[in-house]
Amino acid sequence: MAKALIFIQHEQGKVSKGSLVAVSAARQLASAWGCDGLVGVALGAGAKAAATEAAGYGLGTAYFSESPLFEKYRAEPYSRAIALAAREAGASTVLALASSTGKDALPRVAVLLDAAQASDIIGVNGDGSLRRPMYAGNIIADVELAPGTRVVSVRGTAFPPAVKEGSPGAVQELNVSADAELHEQPRFGEILGYEMSKAERPQLSDAEVVVSGGRALGSSDNFEKVIFPLADALGAAVGASRAAVDSGYAPNDWQVGQTGKVVAPKLYIAVGISGAIQHLAGMKDSKVIVAINKDPDAPIFEVADYGLVADLFQVAPELTQAVLGARS
Amino acid sequence: MKILVPVKRVPDWQIKLKLLPDGSNIQTDGIKWIINTFDEIAVEEAIRLKEKGLATEIVLVSVGPADVRQRLEYALAMGADSAILVKHDGPADSDLASRVIAEVFRRGSYSMILMGKQAIDSDSSQTAQLVAARLNLPQACFASKVTIENESAIVTREVDGGLETIKIPMPCVVSTDLRLNEPRYAALPNLMKAKKKPFEEITLDALGVSPDVKVSIKKLSLPETRKAGRKVGSVAELVAALQGEAKVL
Ligand SMILES: Cc1cc2nc3c(=O)[nH]c(=O)nc-3n(C[C@H](O)[C@H](O)[C@H](O)COP(=O)(O)OP(=O)(O)OC[C@H]3O[C@@H](n4cnc5c(N)ncnc54)[C@H](O)[C@@H]3O)c2cc1C
Repeated sequence: MAKALIFIQHEQGKVSKGSLVAVSAARQLASAWGCDGLVGVALGAGAKAAATEAAGYGLGTAYFSESPLFEKYRAEPYSRAIALAAREAGASTVLALASSTGKDALPRVAVLLDAAQASDIIGVNGDGSLRRPMYAGNIIADVELAPGTRVVSVRGTAFPPAVKEGSPGAVQELNVSADAELHEQPRFGEILGYEMSKAERPQLSDAEVVVSGGRALGSSDNFEKVIFPLADALGAAVGASRAAVDSGYAPNDWQVGQTGKVVAPKLYIAVGISGAIQHLAGMKDSKVIVAINKDPDAPIFEVADYGLVADLFQVAPELTQAVLGARS
Repeated sequence: MKILVPVKRVPDWQIKLKLLPDGSNIQTDGIKWIINTFDEIAVEEAIRLKEKGLATEIVLVSVGPADVRQRLEYALAMGADSAILVKHDGPADSDLASRVIAEVFRRGSYSMILMGKQAIDSDSSQTAQLVAARLNLPQACFASKVTIENESAIVTREVDGGLETIKIPMPCVVSTDLRLNEPRYAALPNLMKAKKKPFEEITLDALGVSPDVKVSIKKLSLPETRKAGRKVGSVAELVAALQGEAKVL
């Protein structure tokens, strides 16, 4: 019988919450598809620590490699190493969180393993078919993957994060020389730099509260004056609509929606966002949705639990004060 | 430098989709089709590279039924040079699309495949990566900026947390994100001229690509809709509701 391999994504050795989501999805898949256990692989600086941590979540073996090849994420060496770990472990299923890295690397793994690939799944059906959103979440598809090896990326909001269980599995270094192509090659490319947004607040993808601003904010200054204080009063992450990002009011990785991040916090507050389907695709599974919009007919009110028809520049600061008051 | 731009035809995102009664597909009779938004951005980017003198020729490729021709003609009118339509009426998945694109790539001498990062119908975001792996080429996905320097592509990628810039040697695969550019409209006279541009129709069989798929749709359904809540009259009422009813404060 074959294993299910999880690509463990981590931040300097700390396993990401999203990878724990992939572990719990792997458990569901393993039972639907008859795999006989979970294994994992972590790559890059801190991979050994990440593998050791991940091994505590019911993995039989957690592979790692801290080879300089994996110092910075690049699609080709990463996908090769994941495929190598899958072969080494005898895995017939490979999973990862559908983060930008997971989405970038997994299809390559699928080709290397001659596998079927399904992206961004939100559920596993009893008959082994998978559920995934299509058409900006307007339609849910049940899809069947051809027999053989299968590669699956998992939506971070769709499964609960795994909890520690059993006795920790083995932690084993991946023998990267087993793949003759896996040494520094010009075609792997060279990272020239990063421009990361400052992490002053909780991460958008796993925050409990998200405050998002739309085009109505009108400037990045107004994001700072109106959205940030409200977010900070709530201990929230900040999100944005595509219009706000395109206009330069907010950085690209704050975009929530079909082509941005998918979030499902306990509380989502949409400020000056109309509620286009592409935006809803990224937040409509939030537990409680609040919308502030001056247009009573804005489509955002069709999904909001609480709607406040008002000028955001007046009521958002009021809300900030009220939250601070309620909290103290 | 020759660029291959794969193009997928998708339902216009502005229309409300309906399902067939048996859930096997969406209703496609009489619906409006568009070029996948991200592919249109790829076409535009290729044209800009050509206008800058960096690209010499832009070839489009699509897999689908005969009437995909109209969409390809639109992209030709935008400024692409020629198009290949690989005719196929049956179900297609990204694996099949990637095998077609890889085969067309092998038959030309292309320096780059520029394509959308995702199709707005299936929303998978995987075909570009599949193509790159199949051809053993470097990839730079989710591009918001593309420049070309000495046989390399320098691409800024939209990643979780911000932006990354990577330099990859050509030939390579680049997939486009939304902020790369704003596609031009094809002018009416160009639409007429586009009909005279080279247009090749070929079958899967002739291309030597099998029609097998690895992922098949068993059933489509509508998601549970969220019930609209209520309007509150003031900030005080909102805060009371969030504390009392919703218990999220
Ligand atoms: C392929 C594709 C993918 C897309 N992906 C995404 C995506 O991932 N995420 C996304 O968000 N969008 C996406 N979009 C864009 C989407 O269609 C909308 O254009 C976008 O979400 C609109 O952003 P907005 O609500 O901020 O702006 P608008 O639609 O302009 O809405 C602004 C709202 O603010 C309100 N308003 C104005 N002034 C005030 C005020 N003073 N006080 C209170 N309210 C005020 C207005 O009534 C209006 O409802 C995508 C589109 C396409 C075609």
